Amino acid sequence: MKLAYWMYAGPAHIGTLRIASSFKNVHAIMHAPLGDDYFNVMRSMLEREQHFTPVTTSVVDRQVLSRGSQEKVVDNIVRKDGEETPDLIVLTPTCTSSILQEDLANFVDRAQMDAHCDVLLADVNHYRYNELQAGDRTLKQIVEFYIKKARKQGNLATEKTAKPSVNLIGFTTLGFHNQHDCTELKRLMADLGIEVNLILPEKATVDQLAKMPQAWFNLCPYREIGLMTAEYLQEEFAQPYVDITPMGVVETARCIRKIQEVLNAQGAEVNYEDFIQQQTRYVSQAAWFSRSIDCQNLTGKKAVVFGDNTHAAAMTKILAREMGIHVVLAGTYCKYDADWFRAEVSEYCDEVLISEDNGAITDAIARIEPAAIFGTQMERHVGKRLDIPCGVIAAPIHIQNFPLGYKPFLGYEGTNQMADLVYNSFTLGMEDHLLEIFGGHDTKEVITKTISSDSDLGWHSSAQAELNKVPGFVRGKVKRNTEKFARERGLSEITLEVMYAAKEAVGA
Amino acid sequence: MTTAQAPSALNFDCETGNYHTFCPISCVSWLYQKIEDSFFLVIGTKTCGYFLQNAMGVMIFAEPRYAMAELEEGDISAQLKDYEELKRLCLQIKRDRNPSVIVWIGTCTTEIIKMDLEGLAPQLEAEIGIPIVTARANGLDYAFTQGEDTVLASMAHKCPTSAQVQGEDKEERNAIQKLLTFGRKADAAKVESEYVDHQPLVLFGSLPDPVVTNLTLELKKQGVKVSGWLPAKRYTELPIIDEGYYVAGVNPFLSRTATTLMRRRKCKLIGAPFPIGPDGTRAWIEKICFVLGIEPQGLEEREAQIWASLEDYIQLIRGKSVFFMGDNLLEVSLARFLIRCGMTCPEIGIPYMDKRYQAAELALLEKTCADMGVPLPNIVEKPDNYNQIQRIKALQPDLVITGMAHANPLEAQGINTKWSVEFTFAQIHGFTNARDILELATRPLRRNSQLGELGWDKLIAKDVPAQV
Repeated sequence: MKLAYWMYAGPAHIGTLRIASSFKNVHAIMHAPLGDDYFNVMRSMLEREQHFTPVTTSVVDRQVLSRGSQEKVVDNIVRKDGEETPDLIVLTPTCTSSILQEDLANFVDRAQMDAHCDVLLADVNHYRYNELQAGDRTLKQIVEFYIKKARKQGNLATEKTAKPSVNLIGFTTLGFHNQHDCTELKRLMADLGIEVNLILPEKATVDQLAKMPQAWFNLCPYREIGLMTAEYLQEEFAQPYVDITPMGVVETARCIRKIQEVLNAQGAEVNYEDFIQQQTRYVSQAAWFSRSIDCQNLTGKKAVVFGDNTHAAAMTKILAREMGIHVVLAGTYCKYDADWFRAEVSEYCDEVLISEDNGAITDAIARIEPAAIFGTQMERHVGKRLDIPCGVIAAPIHIQNFPLGYKPFLGYEGTNQMADLVYNSFTLGMEDHLLEIFGGHDTKEVITKTISSDSDLGWHSSAQAELNKVPGFVRGKVKRNTEKFARERGLSEITLEVMYAAKEAVGA
Repeated sequence: MTTAQAPSALNFDCETGNYHTFCPISCVSWLYQKIEDSFFLVIGTKTCGYFLQNAMGVMIFAEPRYAMAELEEGDISAQLKDYEELKRLCLQIKRDRNPSVIVWIGTCTTEIIKMDLEGLAPQLEAEIGIPIVTARANGLDYAFTQGEDTVLASMAHKCPTSAQVQGEDKEERNAIQKLLTFGRKADAAKVESEYVDHQPLVLFGSLPDPVVTNLTLELKKQGVKVSGWLPAKRYTELPIIDEGYYVAGVNPFLSRTATTLMRRRKCKLIGAPFPIGPDGTRAWIEKICFVLGIEPQGLEEREAQIWASLEDYIQLIRGKSVFFMGDNLLEVSLARFLIRCGMTCPEIGIPYMDKRYQAAELALLEKTCADMGVPLPNIVEKPDNYNQIQRIKALQPDLVITGMAHANPLEAQGINTKWSVEFTFAQIHGFTNARDILELATRPLRRNSQLGELGWDKLIAKDVPAQV
């Protein structure tokens, strides 16, 4: 047992559901107790999704516990097949079904006989994998299933496209700025003269998977989701992949050079060097920004970075290499992939922290007292408590991290967004600091909030105590309205009764 | 039988139970705030933790007095000893937070692996010196607000009897009484005389403190003295409950607590409609007065006065229809109030319907429908959300009260929705708060009529096939 107040990565089934709900016309059925479908709320609220989330539950209740699911799961699969005619139903195990040890694979086989759609059992063990690992596995599982199916049916498209083309892998629902990143990479590919063969899994249909081998290469921008799929395709079709995250000026250039190498190896004869120079110097403002005197002021400022592997590693490199900021500590919660992280960031920071315990990172921040933090929503709140500004760079995230405006983290526009994020965090920090030194914006202390503070009315102590429970921002209004109410009725003392009467009468 | 004596016409259906609701462990979020010296330990998996952390949003960052005892593979396969593990965590909690009670929340996982929490608690309690209350608030058996019911039912066992509490600190125990006599100890005797002499009455149900004060004062006006509330502000202030006390519920989802108080504590339950809406509040007070042998004073005028003050809101919903998808068990009371406001209600979805505990509420619902001349709603227990959405599409109700999983998709189809969860957290009890219920219920209508002129009510992209 572990005492836990907070977790960075969710349980395994969330990863599977993120993949399933990213595809078009794929439905997930969770084998779970009532209330485990909280994923639907997150999808509907955080992404402000207009469609019903294609996730339903085959409810595990007391009866299932005593007698087993029996026909229930099969019936639910067949029913959903009839109602929504999906292409694929993914049966999703949860922590509860893991320990029930029901033969879900058998249910899938039986349902497959009656359902028109394909049925798969997500192969994820709740106690071994977290959300990110499960997402990676489920994506690979679905791709492998449809590649094999296409091969069997003889409609696997293995011939490469005439022009260089790419599969972009790893964009999912509830992914951090994934939709904007996806748009930015599509633009980048268009600029490089590379056709996008398929984007996966976001908005792809399962029958498109048969054409995956047609791409010249795969691009996996995120370390956490997509790599297993890319490795599978490399084994199966010798399809190369690029796994350099194009985040930051230097890494974007490195990613493009790698793409150039991969394409030229297949006879494309492309040279992207001019493009990189052009973009770096004139399109992205980030390179110039690092030379500007504003950025000079950031030199040597201390920062702490924490997040998932992709974003924390990229951010560390941007801060240290591109802006001259002193990254005291870089950390990740992707414990299962810690070696990769260490190798990526070791030369750019003083310490590396690998931990899933938010207490450890909180203590580290308190000890280091950086001028800014780049982390998740958790670190943002730590920052609030310690009065240190924080830029959010990775999940777990809130609704505010699903902005309506265009805010990619990848590609050249991404470099601009990152520069803003870094700069705004630090300036706010500086401003705050200066304000403290000079004693605030305005040295005249406000004595009363209202113009006239005297009142002819007595507040009974219990009413006063009640008034103090009213949230600060409306307390003044409640007080005024209650006193007005009392005055109108010629009451000299405000008691609890008067307060409630006033509330009923005037909504005070 | 004459036609005037038609049997109950309310129709009860039961569907598949495939509906969206919160896991009952969510009760932790309001109970830890209510019981100020408590610590809630949820013994479950990452799934439980993930739900709590996301559902509670910002509360999570405020150093809450709750935590997960996250079960690992070793716990599941019984390689680790439950007792030793729980002892280790509880000692850590004792050291860091020093609570007056630790509430263990059992989950689906502890049920399945049959962890004997009820058996372990007394041993550990004796060893570490902190009371431990166990509640099985799991998704296998319960929905959302029923979580509170399981916790309060367990706490009912821990309430002291007057024999256990010796004279000296007796007065100190009761928080409400303290509040009412605040600053005027000498007047205590005078305060006593304001009450009619009746059998002690204890109310049960967790409500925000201002609502507790408000309802207590409403009863005081009738000379009814509230001897205590389950739960009180602090665990150490749990009310005295002796055999023969009267008890009354303030929320419709507290049937286990009611049963426990009746069977185990030998209390007499006052079965009344719930004090939600001015009609419900009046009926609640009247029933309590009736049972205690008191003639209620001025309630009719009071109710009329509240209704008059609600008129501006009622104008917005009169003649409109409301559909409850059902997820928090407040549905019958809210529907009864909204029907009294002039709405029609084709369907009341509800997770679980205790016809005995809710009997008075159901009777009032029937009477209200008859008074208002509207058809009786269909009450659908354990609803099927998919079927409900088909019915919503056919009926096109003016307002759907539903969970957050369906709200945005329904809005995108041009259907007004109100998140049901807000009714759980808002202050909706008593005369004073009737306005707040209507503020919530009319908000989507007010917002959407403001935006109505823009002509954007249906916003779903045409080329994308709708999922449902």
